[in-house]
Amino acid sequence: MSATATSYDDVVARYAPVIGLETHVELGTVSKMFCGCSTRFGAEPNTQVCPVCLGLPGALPVANASAIEATILIGLALNCSIASWCRFARKNYFYPDMPKNFQISQYDEPLCTDGWVDVHLDGSVHRIEIERVHLEEDTGKSLHVGGATGRIHGATHSLVDYNRAGIPLVEVVTKPVPGTGARAPEVARAYVTELRDILRALGVSDVRMEQGSLRCDVNTSLSPVDSDAWGTRSETKNVNSLRSVERAVRSEMIRQAAVLDAGQRVIQETRHFHENSGESTSGRSKEEATDYRYFPEPDLVPLAPDAGWIEQLRATLPELPSARRRRLQGDWNVSDSEMDAVHNAGALDLIEATVAAGASAEDARRWWLGDLSRRANEAGVELGELAVTPSQVVQLAGLVAAGRVNDKLARQALSGVLAGEGDPEQVVLARGLEVVSDAGALGIAVDAAIAAAPDIAAKVRAGKVAAAGALVGAVMKATRGQADAQLVRELVLARLDQG
Amino acid sequence: MPSISRAEVAHLARLARLAVTDQELDVFAGQLDVILGSVARVGAVAADDIPPTTHAVPVTNVLRPDELRPSLARDEVLAAAPAAQGGRFRVPRILDDPE
Repeated sequence: MSATATSYDDVVARYAPVIGLETHVELGTVSKMFCGCSTRFGAEPNTQVCPVCLGLPGALPVANASAIEATILIGLALNCSIASWCRFARKNYFYPDMPKNFQISQYDEPLCTDGWVDVHLDGSVHRIEIERVHLEEDTGKSLHVGGATGRIHGATHSLVDYNRAGIPLVEVVTKPVPGTGARAPEVARAYVTELRDILRALGVSDVRMEQGSLRCDVNTSLSPVDSDAWGTRSETKNVNSLRSVERAVRSEMIRQAAVLDAGQRVIQETRHFHENSGESTSGRSKEEATDYRYFPEPDLVPLAPDAGWIEQLRATLPELPSARRRRLQGDWNVSDSEMDAVHNAGALDLIEATVAAGASAEDARRWWLGDLSRRANEAGVELGELAVTPSQVVQLAGLVAAGRVNDKLARQALSGVLAGEGDPEQVVLARGLEVVSDAGALGIAVDAAIAAAPDIAAKVRAGKVAAAGALVGAVMKATRGQADAQLVRELVLARLDQG
Repeated sequence: MPSISRAEVAHLARLARLAVTDQELDVFAGQLDVILGSVARVGAVAADDIPPTTHAVPVTNVLRPDELRPSLARDEVLAAAPAAQGGRFRVPRILDDPE
């Protein structure tokens, strides 16, 4: 452990990060990659297995055509070249998550290579180069028993479910990304967000990080800012939310800086990210590992997508997120950086749905980027996980526009909605949040405020209208913010002969 | 000069989790060397007009439609396992190092 915690600002003043991301995507095919077993999530353990995905002797794999097409579509959407000829390979290792003792993957002949994707951050563009996109099969799931908190360390035995073994898994690998400096954690997050949105637009995966259908490994290295050579990288696994992608890069940069500051060297290793603490712990060291003895999979023939097939697939590409953003940006009439703020808050779909449900683009943006973003941050959840629907946001904006609630009361109404008390209209009625604009009722409070502050009242009477603010404030306070402030002001001025 | 060293054979045995004695290493290294020598003769007859291949027949794109087929019954699956628990395969401790 390092003796002193180093601040992030201090780290990026002295060190430059290089990041790289490996993202695994479970495809949303009906059946597995090499057999006809179901890929449905959440089934009883070992009920979606057969001789092929259990690796029983004599069972032979046959590749799923839809999985191949989905992988080509991903490659095309990421501006990759599609191989005209490639093979699957065996990756040999002993680990109980693969019953065959090898995983069918791709090695030196990936289906897609050399692409790029642009990510947008605060009005600037970072181009992320894609090294490769390849297709493999997912592994089984292990439960480790007998150790602390389900960890493999200290476990006495493990229990394995092979339902996931053999589900088609696409791996998207970036080239190293230098030059992002202090923005590295945000660039990493923005890249995974963009990739997720592209995959969702393609309809090839349900991309649910919490269910593991999108999983991220984050490579991070640091070198002194004046050095041309890159540092030794670590690979952080288990990064299972967009927020954690950012947290994982940031915490790893701080950790490595402390190691380097102490005059030690960073070890090339796998680290495991812990969602709760935001810290990572060391896993197996890469140096001691791993000779996978890849060789071409003899049970599968080569894959040779011809140009006709590829062009046919290209013609089915949907509107991609970057094009959609340009379209919506025009519709909403906002600047590049405003649009980036919408995108990076994860608010694009929500704002689009809110506008579709009847709100103005301005109101929709104000709610989702303002109060709702703040609450999501405080609760540590994604914006879309808040218990409020676009149509409820439309109602809130409508209540404000109609003058029935002011901003402060609207925020209270929102609290009620988030607490499950019903629609904004119901919450306003149930909690009695409506603005009081009854001149008779307010008159009493106004009289009381004037009586309580005779010297201020005298100033206003003498023509110092600005002093009336204090009296308005007193009435607002007395009515717990529910008075119609404009009406109160009019009543105060009228009573003090300034109306 | 043999085409495979004794050290390489020992390395492969370790990767394959085979317990091989020193004596066996000598035997296998010799046998593998003969096998590799025989296979190498294929290279001698391969002319420029014969591309390398991993399959005997020039077939590509053998694919199946994305359709469900029945899975096995779980009882049947786990009956073949050395140990099972809670519907899952039970396997021995994976890491050697009890922390």
